[in-house]
Amino acid sequence: MTDSKYFTTTKKGEIFELKAELNSDKKEKKKEAVKKVIASMTVGKDVSALFPDVVNCMQTDNLELKKLVYLYLMNYAKSQPDMAIMAVNTFVKDCEDLNPLIRALAVRTMGCIRVDKITEYLCEPLRKCLKDEDPYVRKTAAVCVAKLHDINAQLVEDQGFLDTLKDLISDSNPMVVANAVAALSEIAESHPNSNLLDLNPQTINKLLTALNECTEWGQIFILDCLANYTPRDDRESQSICERVTPRLSHANSAVVLSAVKVLMKFMEMLPKDLDYYGTLLKKLAPPLVTLLSAEPELQYVALRNINLIVQRRPEILKHEMKVFFVKYNDPIYVKLEKLDIMIRLASQANIAQVLAELKEYATEVDVDFVRKAVRAIGRCAIKVEQSAERCVSTLLDLIQTKVNYVVQEAIVVIKDIFRKYPNKYESVIATLCEHLESLDEPEARAAMIWIVGEYAERIDNADELLESFLEGFHDESTQVQLQLLTAIVKLFLKKPTETQELVQQVLSLATQDSDNPDLRDRGYIYWRLLSTDPVAAKEVVLAEKPLISEETDLIEPTLLEELICHIGTLASVYHKPPSAFVEGSRGVQHKRLAGSAGSGESVESPDTGSAAGVSEAPPAVIPSQGDLLGDLLNLDLTPPTATGPPPAAAPGMQLGAMDLLGGGLDSLLGGDIGGSPAMGAGFGAPPAAMPASFNAPVSGGLDDLFDLGGGVGMTMGSYTPPKTVWLPAMKAKGLEISGVFVRRSGVIQMEMTLSNKAMSVMSDFAIQFNRNSFGLAPAGPLQILTPLSPNQTIEAALPLSTVGPVMKMEPLNNLQVAVKNNIDVFYFSCQYPISMLFLEDGKMERQVFLATWKDIPNENESQFQIKDCHLNSDAASNKLQGSNIFTIAKRTVEGQDMLYQSMKLTNGIWVLAELRVQAGNPNYTISLKCRAPEVSQCVFQNYEAVLKN
Amino acid sequence: MSASAIFVLDLKGKVLICRNYKGDVNMSEIDHFLPLLMQHEEEGLLCPVLSHGNVHFMWIKHSNLYLVATTNKNSNASLVYSFLYKLVEVFTEYFKELEEESIQDNFVVVYELLDELMDFGFPQTTDSKILQEYITQEGTKLEVAKSKVPTTVTNAVSWRSEGIKYKKNEVFIDVIESINVLVNANGSVMSSDIVGSIKLKTMLSGMPELRLGLNDRVLFALTGRDKGKTVVMEDVKFHQCVRLSRFDSDRTISFIPPDGESELMSYRINTHVKPLIWIESVIEKFSHSRVEIMVKAKGQFKKQSVANNVEVRVPVPSDADSPKFKTSTGTAKYVPEKNMVVWTIKSFPGGKEFLMRAHFGLPSVENNELEGKPPITVKFEIPYFTVSGIQVRYMKIIEKSGYQALPWVRYITQSGDYQLRTNV
Repeated sequence: MTDSKYFTTTKKGEIFELKAELNSDKKEKKKEAVKKVIASMTVGKDVSALFPDVVNCMQTDNLELKKLVYLYLMNYAKSQPDMAIMAVNTFVKDCEDLNPLIRALAVRTMGCIRVDKITEYLCEPLRKCLKDEDPYVRKTAAVCVAKLHDINAQLVEDQGFLDTLKDLISDSNPMVVANAVAALSEIAESHPNSNLLDLNPQTINKLLTALNECTEWGQIFILDCLANYTPRDDRESQSICERVTPRLSHANSAVVLSAVKVLMKFMEMLPKDLDYYGTLLKKLAPPLVTLLSAEPELQYVALRNINLIVQRRPEILKHEMKVFFVKYNDPIYVKLEKLDIMIRLASQANIAQVLAELKEYATEVDVDFVRKAVRAIGRCAIKVEQSAERCVSTLLDLIQTKVNYVVQEAIVVIKDIFRKYPNKYESVIATLCEHLESLDEPEARAAMIWIVGEYAERIDNADELLESFLEGFHDESTQVQLQLLTAIVKLFLKKPTETQELVQQVLSLATQDSDNPDLRDRGYIYWRLLSTDPVAAKEVVLAEKPLISEETDLIEPTLLEELICHIGTLASVYHKPPSAFVEGSRGVQHKRLAGSAGSGESVESPDTGSAAGVSEAPPAVIPSQGDLLGDLLNLDLTPPTATGPPPAAAPGMQLGAMDLLGGGLDSLLGGDIGGSPAMGAGFGAPPAAMPASFNAPVSGGLDDLFDLGGGVGMTMGSYTPPKTVWLPAMKAKGLEISGVFVRRSGVIQMEMTLSNKAMSVMSDFAIQFNRNSFGLAPAGPLQILTPLSPNQTIEAALPLSTVGPVMKMEPLNNLQVAVKNNIDVFYFSCQYPISMLFLEDGKMERQVFLATWKDIPNENESQFQIKDCHLNSDAASNKLQGSNIFTIAKRTVEGQDMLYQSMKLTNGIWVLAELRVQAGNPNYTISLKCRAPEVSQCVFQNYEAVLKN
Repeated sequence: MSASAIFVLDLKGKVLICRNYKGDVNMSEIDHFLPLLMQHEEEGLLCPVLSHGNVHFMWIKHSNLYLVATTNKNSNASLVYSFLYKLVEVFTEYFKELEEESIQDNFVVVYELLDELMDFGFPQTTDSKILQEYITQEGTKLEVAKSKVPTTVTNAVSWRSEGIKYKKNEVFIDVIESINVLVNANGSVMSSDIVGSIKLKTMLSGMPELRLGLNDRVLFALTGRDKGKTVVMEDVKFHQCVRLSRFDSDRTISFIPPDGESELMSYRINTHVKPLIWIESVIEKFSHSRVEIMVKAKGQFKKQSVANNVEVRVPVPSDADSPKFKTSTGTAKYVPEKNMVVWTIKSFPGGKEFLMRAHFGLPSVENNELEGKPPITVKFEIPYFTVSGIQVRYMKIIEKSGYQALPWVRYITQSGDYQLRTNV
């Protein structure tokens, strides 16, 4: 007779019947009744009403019956806390039973009853059980401490159970040690700062001894605990590794993976030239390979971890490509992971085999797997240059199969191959174009459009091809729309004569009819570029693109380090830090690989190195004089008639198109661009600002422009304005420079604040200026003698001379600076107030002034308005004097004060001014006359800044 | 650290039995499991870990059951899967077959086992031989005999009980090597390896100390013994009982064996193995009319040896019909539910070559569904022989009572994952 009979009673009054049976005098009947109760519980019926009757059966010497009652208690105690107290006595008694099985059972069950009231009664029995003579009871009690801690942490601490638990690490029985370690680790995990597991060489030694003798599970607890220890030096590290390596021969995969975790972590501490280091590397490969013969779920965990290990230490498995070949009957999740690792291991030595395999996979039926296989071929081409040709021909073969998703994937990867090896495989474009119609996935369409645009000059009917896409423009995904826009602009720049209409069409589609801000912004930028200077547009849009990197999908190095510390766990399976998916682990410290080799290593290893390089934003580059920047600033802002006037603003949008292109743009950008306040007036119609450094905005659009950071920086002689950020930390690997120009008793100084926002020390600072309009140059070296530690800030004043090489800059007061430190060279540009250059002896003789004023031709005179200025003429005069602008004479005509002023620039140029101030009118008028009229704009701005501050 | 709760579900996702170990995950979360699984399966993204909110399900499937562990922590995933498989092993040893019915028939023992196998998410004693000493199927037995913990549970030797007695002391050693081969459609061997396993059937009294000697090349090199045929084992895995640190230091395999049957060790040899049974196949598919299959099998092993129970399994299209066969030896059978022809040869001597021809009709209306390209697989068994040449040189048995015991050794080579890709 089997237990299933207990499930079948479903008569009415069942509870009543059970109640009677539970209270029966006959032992057998009682037991049968409890079994029926448990059966009902198992199928989800509520039998909590029987609580008192079941608890009554607790006092029995029948172990099986007792276990069943305990089981019932665990399930229902929480719903009946008051009645659960009834059971306490029996528990306490059972904890003193002669039979260790019963003692252990009682203490184990009590811990599972999560009722606060019961926990108080648990303390005494638990204390005894922790010191029990039988190791079976002790190991159970050790776990019970963790349970109790989970219910009432304070109680556990007050009762001193934690110390008892720590003592159990020295227990003579390895199983007790293992459970104590497990319990302590568990408690420590919920209290990251508790320092519970203060591992020291002595405890480590005890753990390593127990490791040899405890069960497979105990070995895992101990290994996982060891992984949290940081050895003092490489010798300790090595000796631990030596004692852990035998675990690699354990039949249990989980033991092996936990051992691998310890070894991968401690290996960081070992010097690479050590013989042992090489030995260890060799020892790791075979067990990792053997994991692939385990059950599929364990294979999956192993593969996810191997993926991490291969990124951290590619040398371990570099000869083991074959074991990752996919078998027909592998589950799909194993197949996909194997494929991923195959790509990571692909090298010149094994590429032929890999390609043959990938081609085989590409003809399978599982769509996801096939796609990934095709992608893998492309990745191989990019990774192993020698194989690129073979890869391309393999891809072409696959395209011939005409299997829709294969073709699409192939086109996506061929695009990447083009980018990696420009001007090499373009002969296949014709073949690709044949499949244009069959592409229905956005990524594939976008890739194809990119190819057509990029190679428009080689494709005779490029315009037709692109035009065909344009018909359903609004139905395309954003990815395709953006690509289409760029491609058509490229086409226009390459074949302007035939494609004007097309480009106009796409620009208006993108800017007028689209709700997508990215698309609109990119559209406006192209429009503006094209309408102002097609030559510049060409340089921007058709700029040479950086080659794409070999390794993609690499895990960011710090995350990788953290994941290595979590080998075997869910984090390593998800490739996410535990904080990303475990609640309440925010405060938990992120694990890092310790070790001497750590920092030096990432530089050595090409993989991690390149990844680091990629993730960082390229520093802002200053274009040399006469190229892009200059051209942009010289733009004539009226759009050429060829493209027609920019359209009116889309309804609902605050900034109209015209506005955005004209004044709007500068109001948007002016404030945000470091050291580049609106300076356009002298060069063209409405004032326009352009960013000081213009990172070819092929993809970024306005985002790039706004990123330049900083604020307006204008310094006046008499007052020192706050420093502005010239070089944001994100553009200079953590070095932030803010500064201001001041003129103090005839000396021009560049006062800078350098902050180190990176993690490493910076030293060896030096500074250099590009040639500039007034020959500004450092008068001495940059005096930063001490290295700059992380988070430290240092002030530096650099005296400047005006005898450096001269080159006219646009804007005139622009200064391009290069700062070097031990890490790299960084560039930024800033603008100095022209008053820096006004000499103290700039007061002209009245007679000379009059003569000069007349002498300078009228066309050199410029007139400006200074609005909203509420100073009277005397106050204004005083204020200006602070900036070495001297008032020579004052005349009052019809209630209007006329101030005649002069200033002298360091290069000997005189500027004469007539400032008209009318009482009650906040608007001043200023006329400037100078033999070099270019400076007028700067001088005017200087006036404005001084008077308004 | 590992599991918050363990569930056994039927194929419909109904909970058959469960045990809540930690109480930090709501037990009703399991209701999300099956819908989640179905959804992933539909999307073709089946994965051994599923998550719903901050609850993670780690699961395996065994016959008509799902065994699921839940957690909301960063659990040791490999430990959880190992444990779930251990669970299957223990239940199977208790109930012969682990399936829906056996769980229901034995729910009391299942509860007891779940209580003993894991505590607060930490796996405890999982050796079914030892468990059977104090968790017995019949409750009555318990009362009389087992009122104390077998010392084995917490002993350093947790796999063998004391006081075992046999009249005749013997140990049987099976050396079994499985050949894994992957051959490309053009006949080149893509990968091959040997997975060996040494199994013991121990019938020895008391607490015997055993030492196993193999012709292990690393051992020979260590001891400076003169050559002779030796074997390089790429990776060796041992049963709990083998002293790993001893093996690591001087390659000695020393242990106190578990009683009865056990797998002492397994090893992997990564050499290029000549496929013992070589298959050449020509499969010609004439759309809308027929498939012609010609398979040649050749025994590439010593003439003196014989492969037994050879099965060559050749895939055929799922819509094939009216099979016709012709074989030079053995019998061919069409297994439509698996879409394959199974050609069985009871006895296949080394060096011989046999032929099988098959003819299938195809419907004139073509099946639109794309079909995979399953490989040809081969099963066989060759007794008295190991491909790697591994040999048991000695098995020393020392017990303090000083009895004489005899070791018996048997060698078998068999097919493992033996796949040959085809062109069709």
